[in-house]
Amino acid sequence: MSLIVEKVLFSEKVAKFVVDAPRIARSRKPGHFVIIRVDTKGERIPLTIAGSDPVKGTIDLVVQKMGVSSSKLFELNAGDQILDLVGPLGKATHIHKPGTILACGGGVGVAPMLPIVEAFKKAGNRVISILAARNKDLIILEDEIRKWSDEVIIMTDDGSYGTKGLVTAGAEMVIQRETINECIAIGPAVMMKFMSLLTKKYEIPTQASLNAIMVDGTGMCGACRVSVGGKTLFTCIDGPEFDAHQIDFDELIMRLGGYSDEEKHANERYL
Amino acid sequence: MSANKEYLQSEREKEWRAELRKKIANKDRTAMIRTQMPEMNPFERIRYQDREVNNGLTAEQAQTEASRCLDCPNPTCIEGCPVSINIPKFVKYIEQGSFLEAAKTLKETSALPAVCGRVCPQEKQCEANCFYTLKLKKDPVAIGYLERFAADYERESGFMSVPEVAPANGIKVAAVGSGPASLSFAGDMAKLGYDVTVFEALHEIGGVLKYGIPEFRLPNKIVDVELENLEKMGVKFVRNFIVGKTASFDDLKAEGFEAFFVASGAGLPRFMNIPGENYNGILSSNEYLTRVNLMNAASDDFDTPVIKGKNVAVIGGGNTAMDSVRTAKRLGAERAMIIYRRSRAEMPARVEEVHHAEEEGVEFMNLANPVEYFADEKGKVNRMRVQRMGLGEPDASGRRRPIVLEGSEFDIPVDLVVVAVGVSPNPLIPSEVKDLKVNKWGTIEVNEETMQSSIPELFAGGDIVRGGATVILAMGDGRKAAASMHRYLQDKHQ
Ligand SMILES: Cc1cc2nc3c(=O)[nH]c(=O)nc-3n(C[C@H](O)[C@H](O)[C@H](O)COP(=O)(O)OP(=O)(O)OC[C@H]3O[C@@H](n4cnc5c(N)ncnc54)[C@H](O)[C@@H]3O)c2cc1C
Ligand SMILES: Cc1cc2nc3c(=O)[nH]c(=O)nc-3n(C[C@H](O)[C@H](O)[C@H](O)COP(=O)(O)OP(=O)(O)OC[C@H]3O[C@@H](n4cnc5c(N)ncnc54)[C@H](O)[C@@H]3O)c2cc1C
Ligand code: SF4
Ligand code: SF4
Ligand code: FES
Repeated sequence: MSLIVEKVLFSEKVAKFVVDAPRIARSRKPGHFVIIRVDTKGERIPLTIAGSDPVKGTIDLVVQKMGVSSSKLFELNAGDQILDLVGPLGKATHIHKPGTILACGGGVGVAPMLPIVEAFKKAGNRVISILAARNKDLIILEDEIRKWSDEVIIMTDDGSYGTKGLVTAGAEMVIQRETINECIAIGPAVMMKFMSLLTKKYEIPTQASLNAIMVDGTGMCGACRVSVGGKTLFTCIDGPEFDAHQIDFDELIMRLGGYSDEEKHANERYL
Repeated sequence: MSANKEYLQSEREKEWRAELRKKIANKDRTAMIRTQMPEMNPFERIRYQDREVNNGLTAEQAQTEASRCLDCPNPTCIEGCPVSINIPKFVKYIEQGSFLEAAKTLKETSALPAVCGRVCPQEKQCEANCFYTLKLKKDPVAIGYLERFAADYERESGFMSVPEVAPANGIKVAAVGSGPASLSFAGDMAKLGYDVTVFEALHEIGGVLKYGIPEFRLPNKIVDVELENLEKMGVKFVRNFIVGKTASFDDLKAEGFEAFFVASGAGLPRFMNIPGENYNGILSSNEYLTRVNLMNAASDDFDTPVIKGKNVAVIGGGNTAMDSVRTAKRLGAERAMIIYRRSRAEMPARVEEVHHAEEEGVEFMNLANPVEYFADEKGKVNRMRVQRMGLGEPDASGRRRPIVLEGSEFDIPVDLVVVAVGVSPNPLIPSEVKDLKVNKWGTIEVNEETMQSSIPELFAGGDIVRGGATVILAMGDGRKAAASMHRYLQDKHQ
């Protein structure tokens, strides 16, 4: 059981949970995630560790309401318990100092991006961050990202905040303006696909953090398999970050729909 | 642990055994036919994912079957058992009606008799070496059924004995993983007075016994009783804890753990790397069975989904394949097929499971191998291409090598494919511990006598050492490791 110490609502659909997990708070690195199960009937779902406080022994999780499992978590409050929480999982981000980093986060993808932005900044890089979402309400963690970025660009689909347009438009503007040594893209699979196509054109090395469907998160089931450079890899143990230019995004998007009928039924039952 | 001949002899000469032998003439014993296991009717049982197929022998049936055993002066059956259970002794206790004594005898050597009685490949082990099989060419004594009977009787009697535990010695040891290897290790170490903690990555204790082997073959409650017993003996279980990730070995050493038993299993599923294998609806047996067994996906009350296929193909011929195909049948498959590249006789699965699968209407497509998958516009598998195989020369394992018959491809409509072509050792521990010696298959290298790895305080056993093996071998490793870790720690503390 892991106690929820604090809950902060970012929007109607996105909230941050500060959860008691002292061991993970100490051992986790940027890029790591956890798997949680809310209750005895619950599904195991992966969530990125968006930050931690090793002294207080807490980790931050930012969750967006999608289907049944994320909604069940979303309904919990400070003082409630999460039944199962295991981690840290996955490979940590390779933090180094290439020079200028362009970090692009779409929607709730900004949460997993935060610790990576922080680490790249601390490693001495110049960091330009782009936060993108459908509208103003869905822009999250702006202040936290600003703290670790040299520049922050906001893009919204409807223009309700920042510049109107897709994340790729913002990214291309930056790329044409100055030399970018490395790019990071985290968000919906479609967004990462188009970011990858863009940076490929400009030959900028790019990392994408994949959100494959998972069960155990320990390499035991293969639900999370993804094709990278023509090879089948497991997102949970080989990733979740991969060289974006090698990822078969179309396959990833197809696989994300693998249980959509079953999930739809589950959602109908839940509502 | 090898059978000590004199000890076996002296046990055999005890009066009660001698008396019992005299009661029935050997020719009358050998004239009896092997008792059939009472089981649920196939049409009935395929409606339940969670009801055991075998009902177990009645006391009367067990005693009758036990009386077939000749109490041989040279009990070859014992040589077939990887942990050398004193088979005639427990069988004769059953014949005599001393069922609790029979259970106690089993527990002298086996930590989980109720499990092994159900899942051991007896026809390759103890029963293959029974006098009946070897010399009389008759059906062997049903050692597995009897083992299960004695263990179940004890559990249901309410007189299940919790083994005596030596006074606490204050030495902390850890087991990594909670499969049969760790459970038997933990039991033995607790008996010796150690402070034992079992760390498990998943949210349930039991390893493959829980997430892999289905309820219709091994009910969870049987495993749970064993876990409760271990808890009563003082063993601590920590769930949701990945050794090497949540905390490192060094962290745990700093917390006072002096030695470790790594039994992290062979959890990594293999795929065939053929075109289309990543389409939706194609999954590993681990994923399929985990969804159903660990996550209860077949029940609407639970949130985890599972695809309920109508035309299901399971690739492989082992226990995992049988468990998957029979699960599919229970989840409503109209057509559930085994596709296996060798012949029926070479299937590694337990004979009983193959037989049960057949009774349940599973189709066997032997000497066939998938070569490609096809999908609909949404990426959901709808067809597979299969190639006919022939049998060539015997390979290193002595089995005839399957060879491709060119031009023999044909297509089968499928909406769910479960790939059960084997597992590889879990790479997590080897990748987290730098100086740990592993061999080219990724299994941890140990001294076979002591189960000690290249790192003195680290012992290992079960599937992480053997690759995909069996419950009884894993259990035997756990006991061996406990004995030698005990010696190691005694020396250290002198
Ligand atoms: C390594 C990793 C890290 C993640 N980190 C976070 C995080 O920090 N915060 C967060 O909110 N989410 C994160 N996710 C995604 C999160 O796990 C899913 O949103 C969650 O599993 C959805 O479960 P559900 O039952 O609520 O929705 P479902 O009912 O399973 O799905 C609802 C809808 O979402 C789609 N969907 C399902 N799974 C995913 C997925 N993995 N990604 C995108 N769409 C999906 C389905 O197709 C469906 O249309 C992460 C995923 C991975 C693999
Ligand atoms: C479907 C199926 C059916 C089978 N049927 C039979 C049968 O009928 N008869 C038979 O004899 N054998 C059978 N087997 C094989 C048998 O189950 C295994 O040989 C046996 O379980 C191996 O035991 P183990 O203790 O080595 O590991 P496992 O049972 O594999 O358990 C390992 C455990 O370690 C955990 N773990 C891994 N890494 C870590 C870590 N770093 N930290 C914490 N925990 C970790 C895993 O989550 C897992 O729970 C079957 C196997 C399968 C998959
Ligand atoms: S443990 Fe297995 S091999 Fe040994 S006697 Fe029992 S059933 Fe036979
Ligand atoms: S070999 Fe068969 S008959 Fe002989 S003691 Fe063993 S079980 Fe009994
Ligand atoms: S989630 Fe099961 S292998 Fe990655």
